[in-house]
Amino acid sequence: MTNSHQAAAAIPHVHRDDVGARMGMWLFLFTEVLLFGGLFLAYSVYRYDYHEQFRLAAMDLDTGIGTLNTLILLTSSLTVALSIAAIQKKNKFLAMAMISFTLLLALFFMINKYFEWSGHIAEGLYPKSPELLNMKNGEIIFYGLYYVMTGLHGLHVLVGMAVLSFMLVFIAKDKITFDNYVKLENAGLYWHLVDLIWIFLFPLFYLIH
Amino acid sequence: MEHEKHEHKAHHPGYGIYILVWMGLLALTSITVTVAGIDLGAYTLFVALLIAAIKSGLVINIFMHIKFDEPIFKVFLSLSGFTLFVIFLLTFFDVIYR
Repeated sequence: MTNSHQAAAAIPHVHRDDVGARMGMWLFLFTEVLLFGGLFLAYSVYRYDYHEQFRLAAMDLDTGIGTLNTLILLTSSLTVALSIAAIQKKNKFLAMAMISFTLLLALFFMINKYFEWSGHIAEGLYPKSPELLNMKNGEIIFYGLYYVMTGLHGLHVLVGMAVLSFMLVFIAKDKITFDNYVKLENAGLYWHLVDLIWIFLFPLFYLIH
Repeated sequence: MEHEKHEHKAHHPGYGIYILVWMGLLALTSITVTVAGIDLGAYTLFVALLIAAIKSGLVINIFMHIKFDEPIFKVFLSLSGFTLFVIFLLTFFDVIYR
C-alpha cells in the first residue's frame, strides 16, 4: 500500500476514471432512450388507435431497403466492437481499419436512406404534401412518425460518423492506446445505441403486413 | 488502489465472440423478415418485438460489454428500462380504459 503510494507520488498525478467515464456515457444514453422512448410511445398509441391504416401505409415502405440497412448497421456494430478488441491487443492498424470500415458502412446506410426518402418524395409522400393530406388520419400520422423517427435516427448516424472520425484521428495520433481507450469505448457505446434503436424501428415500420 | 484493480479486472472478449454474436444477429434478422411474411394474426407484433428484444439483449450484453462490466451498470440499465416500462404501462392504462 505505502509502496504504491510512494510510487504514485513520484510521477505527476493524472486523474483518470474509466468506469466513471463509461457511467457518464451510459447516463447520456439513458436520456437518448427517453427521447426515442417518447416517440415509440406515440407510435404505440397511434398504432393502437389506427391499426388498419398503419398496416396499409406501411405497405408502401420497401422491406428490401429496410432489411439491407439492418444488415449494414448490425455489421457496423460488429466492426466497432472489433476495433476495441483490436486496440486492446495493441493492433493499431486493425483498429483503424475497422473504424474506417464502420464509417464506410454508415455512409452506405445514409445513401440508402437518401434513395429511399427521394422515392417517397417523388411519390408525393412527404409531410404536408397534398397527396398525403388526402389520406386517412392514421396514414398521415404513420408517415409523420416515419419521417420524424427515421430522420432523428439518421441524424444520430451522422453524429456517430463525426464522433468515429475523431476516434480515427485519436488512434492515429496515439491519443487512444491499448491502455487508454475509454474514448473509443464510449464512441462505440453511442454507435451501438444507434444500432439498438434501428433494431426496433425496422420491424415497427418495415415489417407490418 | 481500488481504482487500479477495476482497470485490470475488466474482462476483454476476443474477436471470436463478437463475430459469433454478429452471426446470431444476422440469423435473427432473417427469421424476423421471414416470419413477417407469415400471417400470425395478433401474434405478429408480439413475435417481431420478441425477436427485437433478443437482438437488443445480444447487443447490450456483448457489444456494449454490460455482461463484463461492473454490476452497477446493470442496476442503472434495469432502472432506465423499468422507467420506460412504467411510462408505457401508465399511458396504455389511460388509452385502453379511456
